[in-house]
Amino acid sequence: MHLRFEIAGGDFTKAGNVASAVKKVLRKLSIDQAISKHIVIALYEGEVNVVAHSYGGTIDVEIDNSMVRFTITDTGPGIEDIEKAMEEGYSTATPQVREMGFGAGMGLSNMKKNSDSMSISSAPGEGTKVEFIKYLSQNPDCN
Amino acid sequence: MTIAELTGIVNGRVICCEDKLSTQVEYAFASDLMSDVLTVEQENIVLITGLANTQVIRTSEMSDINCVVFGRDKKIGDQIISLAKENNMVLVESPHSVFHIAGELYKAGIKSIY
Amino acid sequence: MRISDIADSIDLKLVSGANGFSNEIKGAYVSDLLSDVMGNAGEGYIWITLQTHQNIIAVAALKDLAAVILVKGNMPDKDTIEKSNQEGIPVFSTQLDTFTVSGKLFNILKKA
Repeated sequence: MHLRFEIAGGDFTKAGNVASAVKKVLRKLSIDQAISKHIVIALYEGEVNVVAHSYGGTIDVEIDNSMVRFTITDTGPGIEDIEKAMEEGYSTATPQVREMGFGAGMGLSNMKKNSDSMSISSAPGEGTKVEFIKYLSQNPDCN
Repeated sequence: MTIAELTGIVNGRVICCEDKLSTQVEYAFASDLMSDVLTVEQENIVLITGLANTQVIRTSEMSDINCVVFGRDKKIGDQIISLAKENNMVLVESPHSVFHIAGELYKAGIKSIY
Repeated sequence: MRISDIADSIDLKLVSGANGFSNEIKGAYVSDLLSDVMGNAGEGYIWITLQTHQNIIAVAALKDLAAVILVKGNMPDKDTIEKSNQEGIPVFSTQLDTFTVSGKLFNILKKA
């Protein structure tokens, strides 16, 4: 199953709509609740990153029998130092974003913690792409 | 304790999902930072916060939190309430500060998630 | 009541701003939002938060707060430590989470 969503940068009123929609899909597919929670939390963090830091983006979600994979691609300023961005507590969020409860600098590390595999590619001026994989059976060798 | 009981302890007013007041709450978590809220793993949690926006509801939805207490008499807008209704999330407004709410619920025996 | 009186019972470790270790406590405020603290925290209050960046000292200084407590083992940034020492506003770290440290402190202050 493949789902695609568009996200507008800066639009906090809609932030989380994609994660919420995917949560409902996973529930309909009877995906294990604990695994589903990890996926939607990571997806929500990724979605908020697009809204908070970029000009807009696309989320592609692929679901098959063995895994859920999502790819978030945005058109934004890109990440200058990916390693630093992954550090807990490091944030480039504006004061306005912080006042909304975001910008604690935990988004990317939260995503990584919830993933089985995650990669980020980005460069200043080129936008950012995040790929996240979660296996549905927590023993991937058995697939 | 039930959500009804905790509402009494915090001098609260239920503004959404009154039919869920007999739901049990075991743990409490106090935070205004969404990423922090997203790290909770337990169930039957009440979130105590001073942040009143729709993202609190979305975050609580992702974390399977079913009750939110807003401190400091924050006026909760209709958008927030309708999103909470969609998710069967009980919302409680309390006139007390988050500090006071945490204090009373701690004394009443609600556990921390840690 | 002074911070030094209660530091042990709520597992506080002083990280910086030692000059203020014996500040009097008039109350406490819990928030991770700077504008909320600016609008509502009282003078002489202890501020309990997760935020570690240097703006917390600017806010604490403006509001004449007694101290800042960082929860869940969080430590202040380098700039925050520097500012805290300059302003004499103590920053503590505790392993406890916000709910627990608030719970304990609330009941200690109530008995006082």
